[in-house]
Amino acid sequence: MIGHLLLTTIALPDLFTFIFAGLAALVGAGGVILARNPVHSALMLVMTLFSVAVLFVEQDAQFLAAVQVIVYAGAIVVLFLFVIMLLGVDRREVTQRDPLPAQRPLAVVAAILVLLEIGLLARSHWSTGQRAVVGPTNGGQSNIVELARAVFTTYLLPFEATSALLVIAVLGAVVLARRAATPTDTVSKLNTESSNILVEAVADPAISSDDGQRSHQ
Amino acid sequence: MTIPGSWYLTLAAVIFTMGALGLLVRRNVLVMFMCIELMLNAVNLTLVTFSRMLGDIGGQVLVFFVLVVAAAEVVVGLGIIVSIFRRKANVTADDLHLLKG
Repeated sequence: MIGHLLLTTIALPDLFTFIFAGLAALVGAGGVILARNPVHSALMLVMTLFSVAVLFVEQDAQFLAAVQVIVYAGAIVVLFLFVIMLLGVDRREVTQRDPLPAQRPLAVVAAILVLLEIGLLARSHWSTGQRAVVGPTNGGQSNIVELARAVFTTYLLPFEATSALLVIAVLGAVVLARRAATPTDTVSKLNTESSNILVEAVADPAISSDDGQRSHQ
Repeated sequence: MTIPGSWYLTLAAVIFTMGALGLLVRRNVLVMFMCIELMLNAVNLTLVTFSRMLGDIGGQVLVFFVLVVAAAEVVVGLGIIVSIFRRKANVTADDLHLLKG
């Protein structure tokens, strides 16, 4: 009865696209949580991201779907994989030693509570039905034209602010990744200085034996 | 007729919850980070759905900004993880308790 109703009201390609992309997104999300190996988690994340991109296309957000694939799957996940390979943590997570044994059951309970809370909020605070504050999604023009008009007129200041944000992020990454001023470097500098003193003490017999002993220590 | 918006919203709520669950359950900092990305994606899906339901491009603009912030967040976060790993040779969240009194 319900299936018949659905088939008559919803176009079949839309229904199949939603079901397959939704299932793929859920399977990917489950894979991110359950995979022991971080590399597998990253690949499952790609699956979810692609499925969400398909759902974006399904909802007439073509530009965002392209950006989703390029930025998320193309840049962010690759960055994740880079770091996983760089750190060499692509081995199984150690699960024997568990400092908080009750944490996992409690986490499942908390997640169910979160889902219930979202459901409750969705029932009590539904959207008001106000329409088109910024501009219509499909006012006769393509999605990318509408999006560009909104970004470069109404949201111009936030758009400029994001450019500043990106510069700050790049600077932060450079500062964090810099190796120059680490304490180990200071220690090695001190070591070279003391060995210089030692070399001078050995080469110059005028320096008292007391200094030589101190630098040995 | 297209898919009703409530289906997308339900799917997004489930993906968000799975991301939150993963963040609570997993120990590996990198996987916890991926779960945050999962939650961000669920919210993006919600925003695009509302954008379609209300006929307002503002939701999609917001997704655009969320993407930029997510990229910046990943860059800085992974930088922090790499610098932690240089000191500890470990990215398990339970072992990072330097601030414990």
